[in-house]
Amino acid sequence: MTVMSDTALQAAPATKARGYWATVGRRIARDKVSMVCAFVLVLIFASALLAPWLGLADPYQGSMIRRLRHIGTPNYPLGTDELGRDMLARLIYGGRLSLIIGILPVILAFVIGTSLGLVAGYVGGRLNTAIMRTIDVFYAFPSVLLAIAISGALGAGIVNSIVSLTIVFVPQITRVAESVTTGVRNMDFVEAARASGAGPFTIMRVHMLGNVLGPIFVYATGLISVSMILAAGLSFLGLGTKPPEPEWGLMLNTLRTAIYVNPWVAALPGVMIFAVSICFNLLSDGMRSAMDIRN
Amino acid sequence: MLAYIARRIVYVIPIVLSVALVCFLLVHITPGDPLVAVLPADASQELAAQMRTAYGFDRPLPVQFGLWLWRAIHGDLGSSIATGRPVLTEVLRAVGNTVTLAVAAALIGFTLGLLFGLIAGYFRDTWIDKVATSVAIAGVSVPHYWLGMVMVIIFSVQLNWLPAVGAGPGGSGAWGWDWEHMKYLILPAITTSVIPMGIVTRTVRALTGDILSQDFVEALRAKGLRELDVFKHVIKNAAPTALAVMGLQLGYMLGGSILIETVFSWPGSGLLLNSAIFQRDLPLLQGTILVLALFFVALNLLVDIAQAAIDPRIKRG
Repeated sequence: MTVMSDTALQAAPATKARGYWATVGRRIARDKVSMVCAFVLVLIFASALLAPWLGLADPYQGSMIRRLRHIGTPNYPLGTDELGRDMLARLIYGGRLSLIIGILPVILAFVIGTSLGLVAGYVGGRLNTAIMRTIDVFYAFPSVLLAIAISGALGAGIVNSIVSLTIVFVPQITRVAESVTTGVRNMDFVEAARASGAGPFTIMRVHMLGNVLGPIFVYATGLISVSMILAAGLSFLGLGTKPPEPEWGLMLNTLRTAIYVNPWVAALPGVMIFAVSICFNLLSDGMRSAMDIRN
Repeated sequence: MLAYIARRIVYVIPIVLSVALVCFLLVHITPGDPLVAVLPADASQELAAQMRTAYGFDRPLPVQFGLWLWRAIHGDLGSSIATGRPVLTEVLRAVGNTVTLAVAAALIGFTLGLLFGLIAGYFRDTWIDKVATSVAIAGVSVPHYWLGMVMVIIFSVQLNWLPAVGAGPGGSGAWGWDWEHMKYLILPAITTSVIPMGIVTRTVRALTGDILSQDFVEALRAKGLRELDVFKHVIKNAAPTALAVMGLQLGYMLGGSILIETVFSWPGSGLLLNSAIFQRDLPLLQGTILVLALFFVALNLLVDIAQAAIDPRIKRG
């Protein structure tokens, strides 16, 4: 008797079914590319966050006698910029602003777009038509043009650049959220919730949100890649932050004059933008295939 | 087919009107008085009031929009504050150069994208697929303005093979189809082609993979069709979606050329937009954006029609 119950106890955990998200997490953890990307991103985020405590040179302190040193110069492992400022320090400090202006628009658009899409998809009817046709107008502009038009009209500045990129991404996320919500709305469990007397707000918050957030989140992660490129691009044009603030796009712009003197130092800020952008893209791909359990 | 085209055109009218409305409102979201850019700094109150009446800024917004739209329909987009020339003339001249650049980039990007996509989709999960997919993902993730700088560093600064900026010898804006001009097109065209190359590769790879896993392909093979003929069916089935993606990409290249044109000082609509922004030339800014957005809408319409022409299923949907 006792022997039997022991085996039964030991066997129990092995047969316990894993939940959906646990399975997805496990699949991502096994994907080497996703893990390398996650590691690189954590490294870039952590160094930007901890920049003041890393013992770096002052990113604002220039010197006319040590301008445009080459990569590998003693004390300046990544050289110096056109005003003699340490490139390593500026690249790491630059991550603070660059990551904020690149990622914040996607987060804001995620919140606004998901809400709009959820309401449009769940309520349907005239409200759906009103929201989705308004969204269509923004699709009549190529996204770069829309970002530049709004940014250009509002004028240069970090807040304006974040606002313009948020406006660019809201329609895209709303569309995804609306189509996912419409798909979930007619499922049996939503019908069951409605039959048991749940109001529309409760149904949306408790029953629908959890089912639609996954695909929207994956889509938004991929958008960060585009957002990083566009945000740095706006700064590159002079529509973002102002000198002497370290920011990758702006650094690329001010270093353009140096490409004849010290070309590879001038190209460094772009490497950072590229690295963050490609990592988010690959991570988004990894999550998408991990969530596609049927395959 | 004609009924479908008519329906599509009717559907585009509200879009065009909303685009015009957005462009009109752009000037009104600018901080401060829209007259600031037109008036000299020491202008008297009297002159300001006169100008306000002359430009119609004293009327209610909907009336202003109506008048602006009426003039725009007749090809009058106002005059550039910086040069005094009509906005439409300035924009159309610049757009020509942007079209040249976009078409050259499309030729490179679409050819490579289709090729890589078909090969990667056909040899799915082999090393060939991995290489093609990596190239594609690098293409969509690269900050293209930075890539432009790197190209200039390699081919202009280090090797001295190709010119770094401009669209022709002597800095003239006039384009010609000879080698002297073509030299200027190579670097910006390759740089512009990278994003569409990546996106087309990814789309076509996914399409090819999906189509090859369908039952009818199995049937084609079972009836003894050669692999090359099976492939023809794949291409036929992938064409409508691939076409739509390529049309959209061409539109993005036309409308989003400002970064590349700034890097290479290419005298197109993007460079015009750049100078309009920094000289606070609002009529020019508004006009350029309107023309580019209308181009984009027209292109999308053409793509829709072309798609329906090659795939009859779309018309019914």
